[in-house]
Amino acid sequence: MPPDELTQSVSRQAPGFLVSVFAIARKDMLIELRSRSVILSALAFAVLAITIFFFAWDPTAVASIDLAPGVLWVIFTFSGLLGLHRSFGVEQPTRAMDALLAAPVGREAIYLGKLLANLGFVIVVQAISLPAVALLYNVPIGNYVWPLIGVVLLAAVGLVAVGTLFSSMAVSTRLAELLLPLLSLPFFVPVILPAAQATARLMSGRAISEVAGYLDILAAFDVVFLVVCTLLYPYTLEQ
Amino acid sequence: MPQPSRHLLKAPGLQATDLARTFGGRRAVNGVSLTLQRGECLALFGPNGAGKTTLLRMLGGLLRPTSGTAAIEGMPLPGDVAVRARVGLVSHQTMLYDALTARENVEFAARIYGVVNPRNATTVVLEQLGASSYADVRVQALSRGMQQRVSVARAIVHRPSVLLADEPFTGLDAAGASALTAMLAALRDSGATIVIVTHNLDEALALCTSAAIMRDGRFVRLDHAPIPERDAYTALYRELSVDAA
Amino acid sequence: MKFSKLGVVAVLSVIAVYIRAIYFTPFDALQGAAQKILYLHVPAAYIALYVAFGLIAIMSVLYLWLKDPKLDRVAASAAEVGFLFATVVLITGPLWARPVWGTFWTWDARLTLMLFLWFIYAAYNILRGAIDDFEMRARYSAVLGILGALLVPFIHLSVYMFRTLHPMPVLLKPSAPSMPSQMLTTLLCSIGAFTLLFIWLLRERYRLAEDRDAAMGALS
Repeated sequence: MPPDELTQSVSRQAPGFLVSVFAIARKDMLIELRSRSVILSALAFAVLAITIFFFAWDPTAVASIDLAPGVLWVIFTFSGLLGLHRSFGVEQPTRAMDALLAAPVGREAIYLGKLLANLGFVIVVQAISLPAVALLYNVPIGNYVWPLIGVVLLAAVGLVAVGTLFSSMAVSTRLAELLLPLLSLPFFVPVILPAAQATARLMSGRAISEVAGYLDILAAFDVVFLVVCTLLYPYTLEQ
Repeated sequence: MPQPSRHLLKAPGLQATDLARTFGGRRAVNGVSLTLQRGECLALFGPNGAGKTTLLRMLGGLLRPTSGTAAIEGMPLPGDVAVRARVGLVSHQTMLYDALTARENVEFAARIYGVVNPRNATTVVLEQLGASSYADVRVQALSRGMQQRVSVARAIVHRPSVLLADEPFTGLDAAGASALTAMLAALRDSGATIVIVTHNLDEALALCTSAAIMRDGRFVRLDHAPIPERDAYTALYRELSVDAA
Repeated sequence: MKFSKLGVVAVLSVIAVYIRAIYFTPFDALQGAAQKILYLHVPAAYIALYVAFGLIAIMSVLYLWLKDPKLDRVAASAAEVGFLFATVVLITGPLWARPVWGTFWTWDARLTLMLFLWFIYAAYNILRGAIDDFEMRARYSAVLGILGALLVPFIHLSVYMFRTLHPMPVLLKPSAPSMPSQMLTTLLCSIGAFTLLFIWLLRERYRLAEDRDAAMGALS
């Protein structure tokens, strides 16, 4: 093998921050697309939840539209956890994480790349569950589709921001499967609570101005925890 | 690739001074000093638990030394993004994503190392390692030897100036081993600095210009070119690296 | 077993406060004897929420900056003792609620906040239990400590958006506290006694952590 071929310098530029973030996000989404394991379990769970909630209530006492917010947010939370667990889990078996850490990628870029991929996954689940619930529970969401999407997206960012960080921590401990939900759930409360309340109010026809307070909390949570988790992520790596 | 500044042009490929690393109460690496010029290839031998992997992880920027200093082409370790861009890491763990194809794995590496034309570079390096025929097969469907070749491709697609290889011949058949040896020799000839941890004396001594034996966190022997004659070295190796247990 | 002076003082002061609370403080007009749990519930809540958690938050930030294992040991001790106090709040809360409001649990704002604080304490302690390596354990605990501290105001806010049955703030109101002065004195004394108790337990737990770390060779 002639040395010239190799010395032909492979022109190289240090990858920009955003380029690294998108490369990592793309890689994670490609892996999920291939195996489809998590998205299928999430959808199976969604179907189960929708069915059980519907049959577990007395239809004469509770209108199905009143159940809808609850079902939706249970689905988003638990399927979100399924995806988060796998987020750093995928780097474990062959120590691929070492290759990522040895690469000229900023640590924050690894966190944000994985966050983006998890966000994509959660959005796919939401995009399927929301119409499904609307259909099966007779919820007329036509009037407030956009505010509803706003609530759902703001909440998704908050859930994924803390969830991705905890996924990174949990995966290197002994009780990984227990720790991820245990760590995440207290942090999900200030996201789910306003989101579910806002959803319920929108679905019962209240004005958008009434849910503004909830949207503010969601936005504040997103900003604070996105920044803090990005800053804290490097501390979860071996020093 | 940005030109190194004048004073760095003469900097050795790899330099370590009194490098040490402690885990809890245990000194895994206990004072290693080393200077390798560009184009030098060091074979690192030693019994299990000698600290070879820890040493390589420090040189690769994965671990912070507890004390001591190290530098790659004059740039200090643990380094920033610019230093990591020059290093390639191979180990007996493939560091590949099983669900992706060989090509996708190597292309991903090319992208995060900032290679300008990732597709092209991937095709070239897979061909050089004889892995083109299964480039579009998922890694989980490949044999161990094939996976190792892809893993090496992943490590060198960005043409590192320093290659750290921790038992890279693991799992390779004769054809794979000779392809890897040829690749390493070409890299060495083009000025890269290489450190290979291995238990295979023959392959390593054929390839390398220097050899070291590590034990209990230190180098008990370090020979720069010319390395003592093979049989004498083999006897020396057995004597120096007998497990304490 | 060594008898620490602080421990003796702490326990004695707690006993003294409760004697005062039970025999020398007037009964509440509306709630009767049940109201006396206030002197157990409120100090425990105050310590679990502000003192212990505040300590954890400060130690966490300092640890990530200075990397001193002592800071981690203080945080760990505060987390266990704080968890104990939070448990006391969650037990005395329903015990107080039942005779007064007719129900054990109401999902009202403050109890719910304490419930989630208890979960964060539990998560913190379980996280520590799941990691064997000193350095990783200290680092991860510090990360969780900082995040938990930031979380508390958000839980506070989001939970407060519901109606609350809880007695509204009596002590930390903008205007003067609105309890009869004798009750107020007893309450303040009980907060003081509990603080002493907390400090004593924290010190004992810290010594235990130090001994354990020394035995495992972590103290270098």
